Amino acid sequence: MTKILVTVKRIPDPDESLKFTGSGLDLSSVKWVPNAFDEYAVETALRLAEDVNNKKSKLAEIIVLSICPQKQRQHMTQFLAMGADRGVIVDADDLELDTAAISKIIAKVAQDEGVDMVITGKLSQDNEGNQVGQRVAGLLGWPQACFAAELDWDQANNALSVHREVDDGVEVKKIPLPAVVSVDLRVVLPSSVRNGVNPADHKFTDGPRLASLRGITMAKRKKVDVKTPADLGVTSAAGESTVGVNKPPGRMAGQMVETVEELVEKLATEAKVL
Amino acid sequence: MSKVLVVLETAGGKLRAHCLPGIAAAKQIADARGLPLHLLVLGADASAAAEIAAAGYGAAGVHTIANPALEPFTAEAWGDAIVHATKSLGASVVGGTASSTLRDCLPRAAAILDAPLCAEVVAVKSGDTFTRPISAGRALLDEKLSGEIVFFTARGSEFEPAAAGAAAPVSAIDGVNVDTRGVEVVGIQKTQSSRPALTEADVVVSGGRGMREGSNFKVLEDLTDLLGGALGASRAATDAGMVPADLQVGQTGKIVAPNLYIAVAISGAIQHLAGMKGSKTIVAINKDGEAPIFQVADYGLVAKWEDALPRFVELVQARKG
Repeated sequence: MTKILVTVKRIPDPDESLKFTGSGLDLSSVKWVPNAFDEYAVETALRLAEDVNNKKSKLAEIIVLSICPQKQRQHMTQFLAMGADRGVIVDADDLELDTAAISKIIAKVAQDEGVDMVITGKLSQDNEGNQVGQRVAGLLGWPQACFAAELDWDQANNALSVHREVDDGVEVKKIPLPAVVSVDLRVVLPSSVRNGVNPADHKFTDGPRLASLRGITMAKRKKVDVKTPADLGVTSAAGESTVGVNKPPGRMAGQMVETVEELVEKLATEAKVL
Repeated sequence: MSKVLVVLETAGGKLRAHCLPGIAAAKQIADARGLPLHLLVLGADASAAAEIAAAGYGAAGVHTIANPALEPFTAEAWGDAIVHATKSLGASVVGGTASSTLRDCLPRAAAILDAPLCAEVVAVKSGDTFTRPISAGRALLDEKLSGEIVFFTARGSEFEPAAAGAAAPVSAIDGVNVDTRGVEVVGIQKTQSSRPALTEADVVVSGGRGMREGSNFKVLEDLTDLLGGALGASRAATDAGMVPADLQVGQTGKIVAPNLYIAVAISGAIQHLAGMKGSKTIVAINKDGEAPIFQVADYGLVAKWEDALPRFVELVQARKG
């Protein structure tokens, strides 16, 4: 059966304000939540694997991989509750690993598991690196389709046709499997993922699905393997290190105007932009 | 000799304008390291190289890899070509503007070379330490890269476009094998627009959830065209299908920094602000006086767009004569 590896991480709640320490961010009391783009990645995999007319038939096994302290796996449990089949945790503080090491860990797990697809979120909302999917593809020598907005799985030809969000519009790229896909926001629109089995006009519920009560109960029984970076032969070389984290300069306070006339007048004479 | 290498994109035999800020960022890194700046042109042929070399842009050399497999762009073939060029030229820094093209292929090349990459650089602190925004622009990270080779992508809106200078010599890198690994680019569905690209426009007019439906964007389009600008939208508006997805401005869309940004019926979620707060002058029109967008606006007007926009268009039109 087709195997899909989905990478997920936890991030500090993006709706909470940041605490600056001078040299970095104070994360000691943050609430950790799943990265939104990783929720899209898991949803993408679930849609690829789902036969909507025959819930008993599954088109793929979904393995969720996270690099995190093994005791802090709430996000992993959530993704298993959404419907992923099993998990792999690489027990490490991901904040201590550089991007190259994280990518090597993922590539090694993908190889060891013999997966057909690696699906990642486009970026993590905290670090915003937007590199891991591309790096994993480079390390494995696999094709890649980044910033995916729509996917068609061509099972007969063992390939994906991917609509990618690029600066000029949308690029359609066909990639043979195995391959790496990084997903963008619009992949979770109702008709964005087609697996060739579901009716062409099938619409999924908008956005990543919520875990059902049954899913939550089932998640506790699903298998989660725990490994260490050393098990996978990966050491971090500190290719990138933090020198400081600062608050961006705020914008100068603006002014409120009362009327459209006043606005246009000020734009023309004060800001000189008209 | 070691050098700083910028990967360029061309179209129709010409350099794409969005590459110029990336050259400027690379020049700063080259100066900080005391290294020469070199440019790399990839494509089916090297027809764009002569014009680029004539303009020079402060570079000591222009290098070309011509191979039919490099067009249309694929991260697979470009990744191979960049790895080859980096090795054969002995480059120690490789980068360019953070376009969707380079964000796709540079991390791939960096992984093959086991090199770190700093993405979306907004300032060059030293030869190896760069500033980049994190957490939707709520913090600025000063990141130091270590290694014999390091990569970067520079945010186009944060660097002045490199200016033409003395001409640079052109040389071809031959015998490069690139492998597209079986991928096929079927085509690009370009956004059909007579307007400038969002990321290159001098004026951006954006609408948000409060526009309610796509047909209401007509009045924003009128204003956009009057100002010679580009049309944008918040994620709420693109998600609701009011306008095409590629108009989205924000952390999950395009990062823009025009001279004038006009936000209409946009509340100003963190992720939207991340995409536009680098704009020079920001105008916000929203019926909710408490909307966060007013905190970043230079000029705020509390009004319904239905009331304010037609009059705005009229007054601008009168001024333009």
